[in-house]
Amino acid sequence: MNLTVNGVDTAIDSGPLTSLLDVLREELGITSPKAGCEQGGCGACTVIVDGEPRRSCLTPVASIDGAEVTTVEGLGSPEHMAPVQQAFTHHYAAQCGFCTSGMMMAAQAYIDRGGTDDHTAIQEALGGHVCRCTGYVKILDAVAAAARGDSFDLSVTAAGAAMTNLGGVA
Amino acid sequence: MPPEVLVPSSPDEAVALFGDGTGTTVIGGGTVVLPNITYGRLKPGRVLLLSQAGLDGVTVDGDTIMLGATTPIDALLGLEDQVSALAACARNLADYEVRGQGTVGGNLCVGAGYEAPRGDLQGCLLALDARVRSAGADGEQSEPIEDFLAHRRDRLVLDVSFRRPAASAFAALEYPHTHEYTVLAVTGARDADGTTRLAVTGVAGPGARLRSAEALASDPEAAGAAAPGDVTFADDALASAWYRGQVLPVLVRRVLTQLEESA
Repeated sequence: MNLTVNGVDTAIDSGPLTSLLDVLREELGITSPKAGCEQGGCGACTVIVDGEPRRSCLTPVASIDGAEVTTVEGLGSPEHMAPVQQAFTHHYAAQCGFCTSGMMMAAQAYIDRGGTDDHTAIQEALGGHVCRCTGYVKILDAVAAAARGDSFDLSVTAAGAAMTNLGGVA
Repeated sequence: MPPEVLVPSSPDEAVALFGDGTGTTVIGGGTVVLPNITYGRLKPGRVLLLSQAGLDGVTVDGDTIMLGATTPIDALLGLEDQVSALAACARNLADYEVRGQGTVGGNLCVGAGYEAPRGDLQGCLLALDARVRSAGADGEQSEPIEDFLAHRRDRLVLDVSFRRPAASAFAALEYPHTHEYTVLAVTGARDADGTTRLAVTGVAGPGARLRSAEALASDPEAAGAAAPGDVTFADDALASAWYRGQVLPVLVRRVLTQLEESA
């Protein structure tokens, strides 16, 4: 089996029924997708498969042989964050961070399919994602900002300062 | 021993590989089966993965609507103008990602859930008087969905078809919960001659017709009161049998009222 993961053509050795989540985390060492509930209910493992957000924990890897998979690692880097990552940073949309990867991948897919800053539409698009810190208001603000195409100077925002202090570790 | 995994690339190949189904686990979208494997509840020996089998697609031919077995749930949202209750039922199911992955056939074939009901579409497709075409022992069969649900899981679903009703309506118990299961939902469908069918999802076992309520369809209050007598309720993590029994009459009344208003 083969997958294109974050733009890199990758041969997959895991068994055909291995979940995409386990392939990414265990075989490829890509750890942004989180193993939360591992039954499709929490959203933390969400990645983009051929343009659509998918629960990697529910996806047998053989069912997407040949697909293009994008994770947070493929969105941007700490030095060159993608707009959705900048928006999450600027709006303090991450607290403990466990749900953040899934939230951002769902948000990216929502924006890619033409989603607007309408909060009701964002709630519908992110309805399968649970934040146990209950930071939903900030998350909605961030997705709306990214959908609008807001630009941020993270060096002068509080969140940006915090990022710098952490050495860019997100 | 690792399971044998078969990935057919056409409907005919899927039917041939399924055979009489003995010892074969079918994976449509994987939303139900894969967690069972992950959690060790299921150790399949032989797996038929339908992702490439070409069994998906929605076909509208005159008054007949056909849903291929591996049609993802989110494709049903596009049937809003054809049969609004089915679109509403699909929209009520889980979330954006799961709707994109779970399949119509899988939703018909799931067994009892773990402390939660399953088979969100079953009540709706019962109310639509759908027929299920399937393959397995004794070859291909087409039968009413009610008969299929009585012996489900033994056969490979190929497609589900139904005639567009004159009117349809859907009502679900709104229940805030982390996981968006269908706790209890009622669908009604009315033909041009006034025949009304009502069915429920979220009771013990698969979806069920509400025949006593159907017989009283012209009187929503009486139909609602009669409906609990048609089914058996179960306790689970989402609601008690008692609570479901209290809510079912309300949902039946709402559906019948919606049908009246859309006439």
